Amino acid sequence: MGLRDWPVYRQLRGPDRTGRASAVQSRRSAELTPRTATADRVAKSICPYCAVGCAQNVYVRDEKVVQIEGDPDSPVSRGRLCPKGSATLQLTTGSTRRHTVLYRPPHGTGWEELDLDTAMDMVADRVIATRRETWEAEHEGVTVNRTMGIASLGGATLDNEENYLIKKLLTSLGVVQVENQARVCHSSTVVGLGTSFGRGGATGFMQDLQHSDCIVIEGSNFAECHPVGFQWVMKAKARGATVIHVDPRFTRTSALSDLHVPIRAGTDIAFLGGIINHVLETDAIFREFVVNYTNAATIVTEDFQDTEDLDGLFSGFDTEARTYSFDTWSYVGAPAAPASGVRDRTPGQRHEDKQDIRDAGRGEQHGSGGAALEGTSPERDETLQHPRCVYQILKRHYARYTPAMVQEVCGIPEETFRKVCRALVDNSGPERTSQFCYAVGWTQHSTGAQFIRAACVLQLLLGNIGRPGGGIQALRGHASIQGSSDIPTLFNLLPGYLPMPYAHHQQNLRSFIQADAARKGFWANMENYFVSLLKAWWGDTATSDNDFCFDHLPRLTGSHSTYDTVMEQLAGRCKGYFLMGENPAVGSANAKMQRLGMANLEWLVVRDFSLIESATWWQNGPEIETGELSTEENATEVFFFPAAAHTEKAGSFTNTNRWLQWHEAAVEPDGDARSDLWFMYHLGLRIRAKLAGSTDPVDRPVLDLTWDYPVEGPHDEPSADAVLQEINGRDANGDLLTAYTQLAADGSTSCGCWIYCGVYADGVNQAARKKPADEQDWIAAEWAWAWPANRRVLYNRASARPDGTPWSERKKLVWWDADAGAWTGHDVPDFERDKSPDYRPDKDDSGVAALSGVDPFIMQADGKGWLYAPAGVLDGPMPAHYEPQDSPFPNALYRQQRNPARLVYPHEHNRYQPVGGDTYPYVITTYRLTEHFTAGGMSRSTSYLAELQPEPFCEVSPELAASRGLENGGWATIVTARNAIEARVLVTDRMTPIRVQGRAVEQIGLPYHWGPNGLSTGDAANELSGITLDPSSHIQEVKTFSADIRPGRRPRGPALPALVRAYRDRAGVTEHTGTEV
Amino acid sequence: MTGPVRDGTDVRADATSPPERTAVVGARKRGRRGRRGEQPMVPDAEFTSYYGRPVLNKPTWHAGDIAGYLFLGGLAGASSILAAGAQLTGRRALARSCRVGALVGISGSLYALVHDLGRPARFLNMLRTVKPSSPMSVGTWILMAYGPAAGAAAVSDLTGLLPRAGRAATLGAAVVGPAVASYTAVLVADTAVPSWHEGHRELPFVFVGSAAAAAGGLGMIAAPVGEAGPARRAAVLGGVLELAAAKRMEAGMGLAAEPLRTGKAGRLMRAAKALTVTGALLGGVLGRKSRVASVLGGAAALAGSACTRFGVFHAGVASAEDPKYTVVPQREQLDRRGG
Amino acid sequence: MTADTGYENPAPRKGFFTDTSVCIGCKACEVACKEWNLIPEDGLELTGMSYDNTVGLGADTWRHVAFIEQRKPLGGQESTASAASTVDLGMPAMPGAADRSEFRWLMASDVCKHCTEAACLDVCPTGALFRTEFDTVVVQEDICNGCGYCVPACPYGVIDQREDDGRVWKCTMCYDRVGDGMEPACAKACPTDSIQFGDLDELRERADERLAQLHDAGIDDARLYGRDPDDGVGGNGAFFLLLDEPEVYGFPPAPKVTTRDLPAMWRRAGLAAATLLTGLAATFLGRKR
Ligand SMILES: Nc1nc2c(c(=O)[nH]1)N[C@H]1C(S)=C(S)[C@@H](COP(=O)(O)OP(=O)(O)OC[C@H]3O[C@@H](n4cnc5c(=O)[nH]c(N)nc54)[C@H](O)[C@@H]3O)O[C@H]1N2
Ligand SMILES: Nc1nc2c(c(=O)[nH]1)N[C@H]1C(S)=C(S)[C@@H](COP(=O)(O)OP(=O)(O)OC[C@H]3O[C@@H](n4cnc5c(=O)[nH]c(N)nc54)[C@H](O)[C@@H]3O)O[C@H]1N2
Ligand code: SF4
Ligand code: SF4
Ligand code: SF4
Ligand code: SF4
Ligand code: SF4
Ligand SMILES: [Mo]
Repeated sequence: MGLRDWPVYRQLRGPDRTGRASAVQSRRSAELTPRTATADRVAKSICPYCAVGCAQNVYVRDEKVVQIEGDPDSPVSRGRLCPKGSATLQLTTGSTRRHTVLYRPPHGTGWEELDLDTAMDMVADRVIATRRETWEAEHEGVTVNRTMGIASLGGATLDNEENYLIKKLLTSLGVVQVENQARVCHSSTVVGLGTSFGRGGATGFMQDLQHSDCIVIEGSNFAECHPVGFQWVMKAKARGATVIHVDPRFTRTSALSDLHVPIRAGTDIAFLGGIINHVLETDAIFREFVVNYTNAATIVTEDFQDTEDLDGLFSGFDTEARTYSFDTWSYVGAPAAPASGVRDRTPGQRHEDKQDIRDAGRGEQHGSGGAALEGTSPERDETLQHPRCVYQILKRHYARYTPAMVQEVCGIPEETFRKVCRALVDNSGPERTSQFCYAVGWTQHSTGAQFIRAACVLQLLLGNIGRPGGGIQALRGHASIQGSSDIPTLFNLLPGYLPMPYAHHQQNLRSFIQADAARKGFWANMENYFVSLLKAWWGDTATSDNDFCFDHLPRLTGSHSTYDTVMEQLAGRCKGYFLMGENPAVGSANAKMQRLGMANLEWLVVRDFSLIESATWWQNGPEIETGELSTEENATEVFFFPAAAHTEKAGSFTNTNRWLQWHEAAVEPDGDARSDLWFMYHLGLRIRAKLAGSTDPVDRPVLDLTWDYPVEGPHDEPSADAVLQEINGRDANGDLLTAYTQLAADGSTSCGCWIYCGVYADGVNQAARKKPADEQDWIAAEWAWAWPANRRVLYNRASARPDGTPWSERKKLVWWDADAGAWTGHDVPDFERDKSPDYRPDKDDSGVAALSGVDPFIMQADGKGWLYAPAGVLDGPMPAHYEPQDSPFPNALYRQQRNPARLVYPHEHNRYQPVGGDTYPYVITTYRLTEHFTAGGMSRSTSYLAELQPEPFCEVSPELAASRGLENGGWATIVTARNAIEARVLVTDRMTPIRVQGRAVEQIGLPYHWGPNGLSTGDAANELSGITLDPSSHIQEVKTFSADIRPGRRPRGPALPALVRAYRDRAGVTEHTGTEV
Repeated sequence: MTGPVRDGTDVRADATSPPERTAVVGARKRGRRGRRGEQPMVPDAEFTSYYGRPVLNKPTWHAGDIAGYLFLGGLAGASSILAAGAQLTGRRALARSCRVGALVGISGSLYALVHDLGRPARFLNMLRTVKPSSPMSVGTWILMAYGPAAGAAAVSDLTGLLPRAGRAATLGAAVVGPAVASYTAVLVADTAVPSWHEGHRELPFVFVGSAAAAAGGLGMIAAPVGEAGPARRAAVLGGVLELAAAKRMEAGMGLAAEPLRTGKAGRLMRAAKALTVTGALLGGVLGRKSRVASVLGGAAALAGSACTRFGVFHAGVASAEDPKYTVVPQREQLDRRGG
Repeated sequence: MTADTGYENPAPRKGFFTDTSVCIGCKACEVACKEWNLIPEDGLELTGMSYDNTVGLGADTWRHVAFIEQRKPLGGQESTASAASTVDLGMPAMPGAADRSEFRWLMASDVCKHCTEAACLDVCPTGALFRTEFDTVVVQEDICNGCGYCVPACPYGVIDQREDDGRVWKCTMCYDRVGDGMEPACAKACPTDSIQFGDLDELRERADERLAQLHDAGIDDARLYGRDPDDGVGGNGAFFLLLDEPEVYGFPPAPKVTTRDLPAMWRRAGLAAATLLTGLAATFLGRKR
């Protein structure tokens, strides 16, 4: 150090005499540069946690990721990242990630290391062997060509390209039990929105929230679960919008809202029904919108009987089969076509075929296309006077949903209820719009799809669909959960919401298509989409002579949802299981059954970043402690493959607003970590190599598969770009297509997912577009690519009057330019560009031509928004309130207690609770925290997140704490008929007892993120939940069930099941309890 | 729901505003609801805090190191003055013991200081700068001047080498010694710690009194009764000064005096008082005759001084740990100001 | 800062305006800060203090989000819980349920104030703490010797020593990033712009406007904290809009930089030293015995 460097010298010589600034600056400080400045490159990426899809910049230096932060160019996130997004560097580069393959042999007590190549070979062998062993050519005399011996779960955290390969390979192998988080998360959304509007995705996009005049957040904890998206709510609020939060708990969302409305969990249909009633009674509907754009005027058959007539049932219910037939719900003049696969068991006949009563999430195929109708022109009465028009039916149906009833059912005081009504009505109409935002507070109920339907009905009545600031914002969960529904790793769907075929006698492609395609609207072109998909999968082998390999598809025979898979595992029929990015041992309802199912497998493959609970249940699962399982006796072979992170692979995520956003690979994965794309592709290659030369027709589908992607890099990573191109589709010359309207049914086009057709338009990866937000208008159409056809606000034809002019200047979005003879505006019109508002179809027009110039819902069979659903939702054409499966209260609205069509799974580990009684007196609701992510695999092993919420807790009101002797910070044990857990107690005013049916009920809040592994550990909330499913979507009811709470920690060892049993005995629970219709 | 009127400044304006969309402002402006007047959150609490958590981060200093440093530094500084006086008045034994005492004291003090550093190897960074705003920096430079002088004085005395230089060094150390004994009061007072800062006017007197008592105590122990007269007087004088200053200090500290009277600090302060009084009486009065009384009295004076330093130290820590001592006086001050 | 800092091209003073009225308590600021500055984990313990398990600022937490649950109304917000719960429920007792409609949940992200007159900096004997060209207060990790003096000096309880490292740490206002024209990590992450970074003058204007707006909207509790250059520390480089008294959030209500008293203290110390010198000299007066 020279004298000149000595601060004392500098003090004496320079201006900083007191030695508090420049004089004492060290050389290091003077030369400081941020590590972002010294990075070798920056990869453009997308946050891997939630579906807001915030953009990230990934800084790489010396082939290591050194920093990840928000990309300010993104129009949705503007460079922001919530705590999870901000922890991505630790997630992807932290020390808890695994980089070696692990193997647990049958009965093994510990992990062994295995080299990747051997492990891949072993898995390929297991797949082939199990498939052979469990091959099912026929099921009850009908050809099915499938295996029920293998199942797969996971996909919402994966790229679209990965889901595509999983679905393609497994389907060709005859595996039908392919599922992902979309089932447990938002499947009811697809049913609810799809049936109502024609597409199952959020109707708008996040930034458009700023244009709302009133935002009702209900069934969502927006600020905590989609924090970066919440900035647009704050923006709306700053511009004067009213924000209302309807939630059982006062949350961080409530804290920023103008009004918090505490509601009893599971009663939203009563609440929304009350608002619908208010709107109808006070004639506050947006009449011109309603008459023209909804089916309010449509006349329903005489045979229809309402819950009013049948005390809680609709007509057509088959008590024995526990299902409805749609026959009596039909429009006059256009009967509903039963959803595909139900074709030869049209509702009403189904009781002959009781095997199939769980007929399987059909509603979900309305992800892009509403339910089909047989005719094209149902009868209408545009004066809305006809006693059987939908409007009048609706009015009668909701008449009993009075403010007093809302108070009685939901515990919401009349005065508060009226405030909400007023806010909504005052902020709807030509000049104003209101928006609903919901998420899994609505979806995860035994009537989940109907919760969402109720909001659809209300928003249609208020004219809030297709308009700026209007709509229904379905806040989806994982980074690509929308994508994993669009390119579904779901048993009942093929890409683009095409239905998986059911087993039928003598069904061919034509009859299959006819059964399912609508007569009118864009869904009428289903054959184009279907054939193009078959061409994408089976290439040149697929010809018109062989029905384009239609019979290469395995057949369904009922529900094969993830919960049915668990039952198959417990029954010993499902023997091999792939878990690729899902953690059912914590995240799925009735976690114990999930684990016991896995414990009954021959082999299990887990692909994840770290050793999640679903990989280690044989070692440290709760059943080891209670003695219900023994490590030594358990014979399941477990393979753990380390997964590559999103920074280590390229691909696209589809965010909650249907935006496909490309993320670039920043670095190569370390060690044995590989992408799921790599895993599936190389597994496929190995299986095909092992089967090569087979003459067994069973092997044809997999051997005929187009399975030849270019590979790159040191690990022979298949090109995700090439997969996306296949998804986009090509014409006969092999050129990339630009729009799904180009698809043909003659085999000249191929397309892996028709709704994604256009994502590679002009040979450019449109999903990778990153034009900075501040160089675009508010629509930001050149950032990423949204399906369909890059439209950002769906049904935006409805933003204009029937004559094509905007409803108002303030709310203009697209309009008819008469001079140009075209629709134009800020967004891509969701309408045929040159179809004039005056256009009226001829009587015998069909397909798209049958849509008139005033039919904004172009995927619907009648072009209208459905206030009343003559088909598509299996438990009723209109939402009706039923009590949750486990409820402390009788249904105040009808004699029918629970949703009659709900699916129950009675089992010794899945007992239900009686109505009322004092054994399980409290209402539990489960949910998330900002600081954690879902089943915890991505947050409990990340110390920056784990330390923020280090232990599981339950939230209780001071009143409950006082009456039960619970102490803040102390322990509590919570008991249901399934199991008991312990959690720390937070006593808080944010929980309030609410008054229902003349008595107070306490609600207990329980975040569900924990399990035994990771840095922050504890009991999983899903030990408590049971399996009860919504009939249309097969989503589980985890948002509400009743329970008891008591102070202290839970018993250990066998004393735990004993406690649960004692409670059951006290409540008189039997195998029949709660299973009645 | 009549939300207040807002016009869009709390989320930064950006380029994504839609065409022709004006902020919706209805007739919805309204006053604060239900004006009910003040509603204390917790009715019986005298002050509010965040879950009872301290406002301040408490000192990370270790008591043994830093209270020891205060004590030993004081001992050294005052001893040097006694040494010089003894030298000038020909009390050779007293001079020697004070010189040695000063060296031992300052060495121990320095050791404690370095020992307490989180990065002892970086002790020399203290010499990067001369910072008048930092009592520790000023103190370091004082020590830099004082340490060598005190060392030279003692070494020369013990070895007999360079006697003239030794005598000069003794005088030099005596000149800097008072600063050594008093700057530590500024050091602790120049913090946000209520029980340290609030006494800042009197604390230097407490500290120099305590230093004098300690040096006197040491002199009584080490020097023969015949030469120890100044030491005895120092112990008495120092004790009186310390106790008087402490009393005055506490009286002026308001709420921040409480930690000096309670808990560990209170016990130490009471012990300090008793020991100091004992030292003064035993050494100062009986010590004139009795060597035993002299030694005992000297030890009591030393111990009393040490207890004062530890007492003050712990009182400070306690006052930092309880938000009351930060919030209540500041709130009172605000309320006074606010009227 | 009164003295000349001696930088060749001093930038306009940078600062933070943290508007707690729009904070959603997401803690992105905490995490983003930790990621950027590679700060160690700070302990895994549930505190029972609402959603705050970080507790306060320290060596391993440079941003801290406070959560305050209060039975007080938030102007402009309505909650309706009590209407349902005031009815007698036949339960043991419903303490305070009557005030349930009066409830609000405050969240606020705390950080080093980058005081105009920074006690930590003033007392630092090594010059490890220094004022940067952006008029922010930063610890130089290559200089700090862990003397610990700055810790009790800070009137806000911000800076602290990392035990296994020995040095002290606190927010640098992302000195490295700001030097490269970037926004600090916490402000960049904040989803709702509760944390606003920029030139202090401009932030003060913005804050004044926001305050007026909230007052107009009936949120009378709103106030600015640390904005005033005439306060006990000469104003903060990082100041706040609060919805209650500062102490509710764990802030000192009227902090003072103690170095303002330093000249007086030195005078008293000088007097004391003189007293010591003369007093001890006096012990030698009189008869030698
Ligand atoms: N921080 C964070 N963000 C996430 C996730 C995460 O785990 N952590 N997960 C992602 C995923 S997978 C998803 S699906 C989304 C989910 O996002 P959200 O649906 O917002 O998440 P939840 O917390 O499960 O539930 C939302 C709210 O519903 C309330 N609620 C429960 N039952 C009812 C009811 O019957 N009616 C009404 N009105 N409200 C009810 C709960 O109190 C809760 O506040 O979040 C995504 N984002
Ligand atoms: N009680 C209750 N239960 C619930 C809910 C509730 O609200 N209450 N919510 C439900 C909902 S909405 C959901 S979505 C589920 C979520 O439940 P899960 O999906 O089971 O939970 P996650 O922890 O998200 O599991 C995803 C796993 O994927 C891993 N992963 C991430 N990226 C990749 C990748 O690229 N490749 C691979 N192979 N793995 C990857 C992660 O590390 C993580 O372990 O939980 C459901 N369960
Ligand atoms: S988790 Fe969601 S909100 Fe948070 S940064 Fe990631 S995408 Fe954005
Ligand atoms: S708040 Fe404390 S640490 Fe920050 S500058 Fe001010 S005195 Fe220093
Ligand atoms: S601990 Fe470090 S920064 Fe603090 S005063 Fe000492 S040297 Fe300065
Ligand atoms: S400015 Fe930088 S160092 Fe300071 S709190 Fe924010 S992120 Fe942390
Ligand atoms: S990031 Fe912003 S909104 Fe989130 S806690 Fe921090 S200050 Fe509040
Ligand atoms: Mo989800």
